[in-house]
Amino acid sequence: MDYGLRAVGIGERLLPRDDFTLCQQITLIGSGMIWNIYFGVLALIFGFLLATAVAMGKNSTSNLTRKPSEWFIFVFRGSPLFIQFFFAYFLFLQLKGVHPFFDPFTAAWLGALIVLFLNTAAYSAEIFHGALQSIPKGEVEAADAYGLSGWPRFKRVVWPTMLRLAWPAYTNEAIFLFHATTLVFFSGFPAWQQRGDALYYANYFADKTFNPFIPYPILAAYFILLTLVIISLFGLVNRRLNRHLPANTRQKMKLRMNLIR
Amino acid sequence: MACYLTTGKHMSIYWSVLTVLLLLAITAPAALAFGFAGASAARSRIAPVSWVGRGYIAIVRGVPDIAFFLFFVIALDQAIEYLRHRALCPDWSEPVRQGNDFVVCAAAKMPLGNAPQWVHETYGFSIAVLTFAIVFGAFAANVLFGAMRAVPKAQLETAEAYGMSPRQTFWRVMVPQMWVFALPGLSNLWMVLIKATPLLFLLGVEDIVYWARELGGTKTSRFTEYPHGDWRMWYFLALLIFYLIFTRASEIVLDRLMTRLTRGQATTGGEAQRKAPA
Repeated sequence: MDYGLRAVGIGERLLPRDDFTLCQQITLIGSGMIWNIYFGVLALIFGFLLATAVAMGKNSTSNLTRKPSEWFIFVFRGSPLFIQFFFAYFLFLQLKGVHPFFDPFTAAWLGALIVLFLNTAAYSAEIFHGALQSIPKGEVEAADAYGLSGWPRFKRVVWPTMLRLAWPAYTNEAIFLFHATTLVFFSGFPAWQQRGDALYYANYFADKTFNPFIPYPILAAYFILLTLVIISLFGLVNRRLNRHLPANTRQKMKLRMNLIR
Repeated sequence: MACYLTTGKHMSIYWSVLTVLLLLAITAPAALAFGFAGASAARSRIAPVSWVGRGYIAIVRGVPDIAFFLFFVIALDQAIEYLRHRALCPDWSEPVRQGNDFVVCAAAKMPLGNAPQWVHETYGFSIAVLTFAIVFGAFAANVLFGAMRAVPKAQLETAEAYGMSPRQTFWRVMVPQMWVFALPGLSNLWMVLIKATPLLFLLGVEDIVYWARELGGTKTSRFTEYPHGDWRMWYFLALLIFYLIFTRASEIVLDRLMTRLTRGQATTGGEAQRKAPA
């Protein structure tokens, strides 16, 4: 089919108008998944880095770093992602008028990515902060006894333990983030030349055929597949993080499924 | 400025804020009821009932909920129209699904084509409430199911030893005690529900998101007495702040409620409370 890479603008230009075949729906919605994966993966990678920093900030004793981190987490966790998307879009639109530098920000590929990145950073930071708080006292004391402090202590003891404790919750956050990527094209960010994500195409088909019973289950199947992939990848990392522990004390991956954010 | 904020159109955004609050007020108990029914069904000793309960919990949790919102609204709408079609127009011979079209007789349209505007709005709103209740009911069912299992076994065994029937044990012992275990999950759910309200916009209800876009857009002096540029950013900033305040307030209230519920319970929290004043 010509629609395999339609979501990134390669292949047949016109979307199907009539005589919708099942094959068309599957390929087109599948090509939309490219965007979901793009947003999810990049936001997750950058968000992870910022989240570590914010979690450390929230854990610090100095008001100067703790207050901004707390506020950052509160603002992004306390308001709907949907509104954040809208606000960011119109903010970038406003800024675009001020300086052409902001041109790419109004496009989904950058603007929405920034929102998702900040949002997942806030949620992950909260998870990491919880993990930092529950690092066993003995491990940090042992690190002190070995003469580790500052950066080496963080790199060798605190950070790995934090990741190990946070990992199951962080897996949920990752699944959750991928589900949240479906909001992008429903929130102001225009789908340029109808290059949308999976839900955008599913919605397109449902609107055109008045039959929600085919596109949405296809979308659901794709997402369940994606979720399984994420779970297995994160499961591998979890195995590695826990490799020094005897099998019976390892943390199990408990899946708490997604809600809207 | 005061005049500007009280124009007719601005009154509709205030109304839509009320709509959101109303939605929350209706959906929360409805979802709780759905959840309670689902959790009780999942616990049932009759296998098919238990399957229905578990299936309900499992299906809704696996899929991005926004897809559910888009799906349910059309599906519910069509289901209602189809049932009415079968009931009201029995002598209609053509199939309902004609290729890509969904055709029902005029009398089965929901709401009726000639109904006044407010009926259409109310109908859209009720479909939205029902969708919210079904989706959040599944999450609530999951929380309550967990909470029912968290009630200490000894309590239930004691009830049985006193000769209570399973029904009495359920209503008199388990249900009063499960709330303290359910509350953390439920309050989390409440926060999520608050944050899900802007999705109303997707369901076609003219909610705050709609009005913020509408009012914020550039206005020229030809159409209004108060021309302004593109203010949508400020409107969404206001919405953002509204939601932040709302979540903060609920956090405080739920914290209080938790302290209240913990009183006298057989948990570490209850124990701590019992010892504190002494």
